[in-house]
Amino acid sequence: MTDLKHIRNFAIIAHIDHGKSTLADRLIQKCGGIEEREMREQILDSMDIERERGITIKAQTVRLAYQARNGETYQLNLMDTPGHVDFAYEVSRSLAACEGSLLVVDASQGVEAQTLANVYQAIDNNHEIVPVLNKIDLPAAEPERVKQQIEDVIGLDTSNAVMISAKTGIGIEDVLEALCARLPPPEGDADLPLQALLVDSWYDSYLGVVNLVRVKNGVMRKGQKIRMMATGASYQVDSVGYFTPKMVQVEALYPGEMGFMQASIKAVADCQVGDTITDERRPAETALPGFKPNVPVVFCGLFPVDAADFEDLRESLAKLRLNDASFEYEAETSAALGFGFRCGFLGLLHLEIIQERLEREFNLDLITTAPSVVYRIYLTNGEELHLHNPADMPEVTKIEKIEEPWIKATIMVPDEYLGPILQLCTERRGQQLDLTYAGNRAMLVYKLPLNEIVFDFYDRLKSISRGYASFDYELDSYAESDLVKVSIMVNAEPVDALAFIAHKSQAEARGRSICTRLKELIPRQMFQIAIQAAIGGRIVARESISALRKDVLAKCYGGDISRKRKLLEKQKEGKKRMRQFGKVEIPQSAFLAALKMGDN
Amino acid sequence: MSPAFGIYLHWPFCLSKCPYCDFNSHVAAGIDQARWRRALLAELEHFHAASAGRTVTSIFFGGGTPSLMDPATAAALLERIAALWPLADDVEITLEANPGTIDADRFRDFRAAGIGRLSMGLQALDDEALRFLGRRHDVAQAVRAVTLARAIFPRISFDLIYARPGQDSDRWRNELGQALALAADHLSLYQLTVEPGTAFHPAHQRGDFQLPDDDEAARLFDLTQEMCDAAGLPAYEISNHARPGAECRHNLLYWQGDDYLGIGPGAHGRLRDPTDPSGPVRALRQCKSPGGWLERVDRDGHGTEEILTLSRLERLEELVMMGLRLSEGIDGRRFAAHMGRALEEALDPAGLALMRAEGMVAWSGPFLRATPRGRLLLNQVIAALLPHGA
Repeated sequence: MTDLKHIRNFAIIAHIDHGKSTLADRLIQKCGGIEEREMREQILDSMDIERERGITIKAQTVRLAYQARNGETYQLNLMDTPGHVDFAYEVSRSLAACEGSLLVVDASQGVEAQTLANVYQAIDNNHEIVPVLNKIDLPAAEPERVKQQIEDVIGLDTSNAVMISAKTGIGIEDVLEALCARLPPPEGDADLPLQALLVDSWYDSYLGVVNLVRVKNGVMRKGQKIRMMATGASYQVDSVGYFTPKMVQVEALYPGEMGFMQASIKAVADCQVGDTITDERRPAETALPGFKPNVPVVFCGLFPVDAADFEDLRESLAKLRLNDASFEYEAETSAALGFGFRCGFLGLLHLEIIQERLEREFNLDLITTAPSVVYRIYLTNGEELHLHNPADMPEVTKIEKIEEPWIKATIMVPDEYLGPILQLCTERRGQQLDLTYAGNRAMLVYKLPLNEIVFDFYDRLKSISRGYASFDYELDSYAESDLVKVSIMVNAEPVDALAFIAHKSQAEARGRSICTRLKELIPRQMFQIAIQAAIGGRIVARESISALRKDVLAKCYGGDISRKRKLLEKQKEGKKRMRQFGKVEIPQSAFLAALKMGDN
Repeated sequence: MSPAFGIYLHWPFCLSKCPYCDFNSHVAAGIDQARWRRALLAELEHFHAASAGRTVTSIFFGGGTPSLMDPATAAALLERIAALWPLADDVEITLEANPGTIDADRFRDFRAAGIGRLSMGLQALDDEALRFLGRRHDVAQAVRAVTLARAIFPRISFDLIYARPGQDSDRWRNELGQALALAADHLSLYQLTVEPGTAFHPAHQRGDFQLPDDDEAARLFDLTQEMCDAAGLPAYEISNHARPGAECRHNLLYWQGDDYLGIGPGAHGRLRDPTDPSGPVRALRQCKSPGGWLERVDRDGHGTEEILTLSRLERLEELVMMGLRLSEGIDGRRFAAHMGRALEEALDPAGLALMRAEGMVAWSGPFLRATPRGRLLLNQVIAALLPHGA
């Protein structure tokens, strides 16, 4: 058991690309957590997607042993946290398990919006924050300017900020020293009944469910009977230990320590993250403060391109959910796309990641419908409805009012791009709450409807600012709004997968743009095809694809018959991927392309 | 009248390869006429067993350029056919010919060998277009060849390729007018198609030339029907026009799903047991390369590379795909005899109903035919009529 005085629990807060993972790699290396030959980049990011995108999705923890300059050996527990807004809840959990944070800022880039949100959370958690300026070896580094920015924007003292280059190894020891000297040790009492915070759970195909815990009071031992205080479920502890990042089993975890715990738990869904784990025979009287549950805010339909893959998709979703209880799914049927699932996500990146994992790890070819937010619909009969799918919108006459979710967005951008970004926010019905400058960077705070964000806001923001703007948001509130459902019809039959909800001021223009696009995407056929956008019963846009005049083989004789028959069979095979609209068959690929572009 | 049964003989050689042609044709020097004659005769002998007793109603020498064949070879082949199978009294014997490869003496020799019908590859009545199409003759030669052939053969036909790059309605009206003045009782009028594997294909992809779009092509097609109808040569198939009674009987075999032998490299055949007309159909394919075919015939006595028994669905597909090309359409009685079930039951009911309601197909007595509008969209119509999910 390590003396509490020699334990330090810390998280790293950084914007994407500011060097968080590289710093973690260096800290691990410096403390000998892993042999040189085993070292690879981004050692804590174990998923392919994490490595490729340079992001962290799941929180990870690693225990380091560091002998400080004062001669004492410290147990440092590093909690690696996701940097993206969609995974803010993971950040909040990680922060709750630590006493301090390293705030890593790129000395050439300065503070970004996502960093801000996370650092404020750390401040809320009473963290001791150590500012770390990374990439000081770059010619473009401006450490003094960035320090000033940190003081101006966040209000942190930067006089003893640590200057490092994680890439070359400069200043790594200074970081370790600062952790030992400046972070407070954890508090706790080994003699009290067990109280351990369940920080995270994941499913490992070899090990089953693995739980990440932080012991506050008492001791968690192998073989102990434990109880989850919120769910009431009891288990016997099979093993406890920590990561170096390799898994190391120990007899017990003591107060102030972080590590893993395994029991015969079948699914991640059985573990409520934020729950308090206590001793079955000698339970604690009170639970530790938990976390807010994560609620999906963005929904979309996922359909297999090949209808035969539907069962595979169901199984794959179930497997992913084993490891990520934060997304939801339920079966859905679409006239245009067949059988699929309506899925809820924490945000757009979360959606993209799940989609990508399904396609990559489970080898599925998927169609994703345009993302939608959750609308609250108040019906005239007094009922309240949470609408996840535009296709399920009740008739207008039955609706008393509709509310949509709004977010509070923080955007940081070099001031030369400010004008177009203000314009974008206005176009997207934004309400400006704040506009401040720090050096040549502007910080904008806006209230924006979430459905404007899921539309294509982020891509537009990136392209307007040539990638320099950073963006973060938190859910704010629901507010009544003048929203309408726009239906897209092909030959007078609605294409459910293309229906969307938009603010009245934008509905017509978006309907028109989808019609124009479909006109380009649908091949001419033997009948004229009418494409319409309608709001309620009113047609707001129409396009027509004229009938094909000629499609016949000039020649067909003895030697051609087999070959032409095979062409015909190919054509029929293609028809399986067609969807019937009245007498017209539309290739599914046209809807897919329309959905892909659903954003300009 | 005996059931139709034809023999197709393929001569795979040409003096030059035309840039639009995707047929099995080759340019070769020093062709051993005697060896080819022996090999073609050997294949005839080989196929006799599988079709003994059938009465031959048509013989067709195709290619390539079969008019490059020694007329004596044609004579020997026809002699052997007559020795192996009974010939119908009115047997139709066609030879394909290029205007430049024929002189009056050879015409007379082919006629003497038994050729009764000459089908000439004119392709255009415009010198510039003939050069574009890679033809070796000019308009004057073509007109001379047709005039000569009319004097020697009881029946003649010639082919034209239209909807060429830059060919508008006026120019085609003019050219087709000349063709109709020159024609006897049969014309084949094909719209230019760029097929993969031809010299035109990469050139077209590069954008060296453009074909008329489908609206323009449809206008040219309609003009063709109009002028040919007025001249008494209505279409009896998508691209074939004839005075009533002068239709090419051999080609009708293909469109009506009758049996035929394919002799020579790359030739295809369809054969069924003569005593079981609604029984299984075998699809035969001969080795495509001329050298490979010769070797096989020398070794095995035949060059058959593939024999497949068509599934019922494949037979249905062939009967519908080919039958609807004819103006009269598919004869429901003939269909029932081939397939052992009624045509309207074999087709997709919803597709048939839709195609009828939209005026793409119509019943005319026992015949299901494509309407003029439906014929222009035949690929789509066929796809709609064939059973889905099959």
